[in-house]
Amino acid sequence: MPLIELQDVEREFVVHRREGRVRRRREVVRAVDGVSFSVQEGEIVGYIGPNGAGKSTTIKMLTGILMPTAGSVRVAGLDPQRSRTELAMRIGVVFGQRNQLWWDLPLRDSFELLRHVYRVPADDHGRRLADFVELLDLGPFMDTPVRQLSLGQKMRGEITAALLHAPSILYLDEPTIGLDVVSKSRVRDFLAQINTELGVTVILTTHDLSDVERLCSRLMVIDLGRVVYDGTVDDLKLRHGQYRTLIVDLERPNGPLAVDGAEVVRIEGPRQWLRFHRERTTAADLIAGIARITPIVDLTVEEPLIEDVIARMYSGGNGEPGRGGERLKD
Amino acid sequence: MAELPTLAEQATIWRRLVGARIRADWQYRTSFVLFTVSQFTAAFLDIVVIVILFSNVDRLAGWSIAEVAFLYGTATLAFALGDVFISEVELLSHHIRQGSFDRFLLRPVGPLLLLCGQEFAFRRAGKVFQAVLVLGVALTQVPVDWHAGRAAMVVAMVGVGFVIFGGIWVIASSVAFWAVEARELANTFTYGGNFVSHYPLEIFSGWLRRLVTVVPIAFVSYHPALWVLGRKDPNGAPGWFSFAGPLVAIAVVLVARVVWSSGIRHYRSTGS
Repeated sequence: MPLIELQDVEREFVVHRREGRVRRRREVVRAVDGVSFSVQEGEIVGYIGPNGAGKSTTIKMLTGILMPTAGSVRVAGLDPQRSRTELAMRIGVVFGQRNQLWWDLPLRDSFELLRHVYRVPADDHGRRLADFVELLDLGPFMDTPVRQLSLGQKMRGEITAALLHAPSILYLDEPTIGLDVVSKSRVRDFLAQINTELGVTVILTTHDLSDVERLCSRLMVIDLGRVVYDGTVDDLKLRHGQYRTLIVDLERPNGPLAVDGAEVVRIEGPRQWLRFHRERTTAADLIAGIARITPIVDLTVEEPLIEDVIARMYSGGNGEPGRGGERLKD
Repeated sequence: MAELPTLAEQATIWRRLVGARIRADWQYRTSFVLFTVSQFTAAFLDIVVIVILFSNVDRLAGWSIAEVAFLYGTATLAFALGDVFISEVELLSHHIRQGSFDRFLLRPVGPLLLLCGQEFAFRRAGKVFQAVLVLGVALTQVPVDWHAGRAAMVVAMVGVGFVIFGGIWVIASSVAFWAVEARELANTFTYGGNFVSHYPLEIFSGWLRRLVTVVPIAFVSYHPALWVLGRKDPNGAPGWFSFAGPLVAIAVVLVARVVWSSGIRHYRSTGS
């Protein structure tokens, strides 16, 4: 049985838009519009989409904070709507931009408080905490008030706080936002480790696609409240990233090269960028074609960036990240 | 595993949260001490008002200064305890606006317990000391023939009053679930109710008297005080009103429960 199962889940919000000074127009916005998916135990799923696509709304429904307008949600065999408190014992949640630690107290105190809130036996708690302190190298700042910690240190503390009661599912809402490269990779390594060693199922939302590429066995893309892609990262590139770019350095500057099956997208002095469809032509044919026109000094073929691939999926694949018009909430 | 923590476990959680809160406040000890002192001092202004009043008149609607001080002492002590233990529930509107209320719903413990524990306002305790002081003096001055029953009534007044004020705080703060900017509304009923409870009801006009009977501030101190002091209600309220406090308190708690949990339900179904 899947650990998480959503079926035709919808979530609407009523917003009041101001029109003029006093008048307000009531409007119903559908933030999540018929989402169905299931997650098996032990998966790491990346849940991505532009701002306002419905990511956080989905996570909130999975935790029981928010009730769906329609559809059914099951998490760990429970109905989050009815068994919110019971479910709380089985899940850990990290909201990247919101703090669950006690701001003016050291990490050590927050962890001890959470031990009581979750009623974790002292020896279990001690053992787990010792593990996390070692893995995430919390030792040097366990006794510093949280407000004095760096963003990276805080995030490591947050993740520990979310895991001390040994939940089977960990939700992370933008866990690497604002972190430097070193902190990011440390957080990622740790998430991978708790997934393989403790079997924690991880669902994370992010805007940083390198998180997804490094961590996630599975990727879900949501746009306008609908799942537009659900599969592996490689599959995504294969299915949606048909375009590659050939970058050629010519001997001397040249007008846009006219070769079959490719289009020049950029020119900088003697360097030109040619976009081509991988199924209609090959890099070898292109190079041969160009060489007939003018001598080539150097060349590279660029794989599609996952960013570009995904940007192309948002709102009809026009390649523009995001879309026109504002959206209500994330 | 039990679905919800037992009462003893909840008490432990609350105690821990309060301990953490006090340690956190102590990080800013100057501000903490100043606030406590200012609360204590500000509370004395109430007394100054009463003293000035009685320097002009001997009796207020037939009540002596000692009797009014008794009324003031019991009501203020009940209120101050509510202020320390419960009043910070009004931060609910702040948490809803900031989005931090979600966090309370993610814990395997009731959000009200977490909120009251986490936001515990020890710095408001200055008022408790002041109330104890005034009540102590008043008890020695009122012309009452003390016996166990009357003494028990004084204790019950404070307990019942604490519960009633606490309940009103929860009810009024719950409005934030529907209308986020409602902190002032809560204050109207709590701080306003507190003021009314300092004085004999007969000095107020009829509509206010009726209001504090419905919003049951009158049961905090006025009606039981009539019995303790051996006075008759000049407005002809039945004698059993003096003993109705506990029932009223239970009713307030039940209403608070219903309002609070439907607030939570509303929050979860609308999102904020």
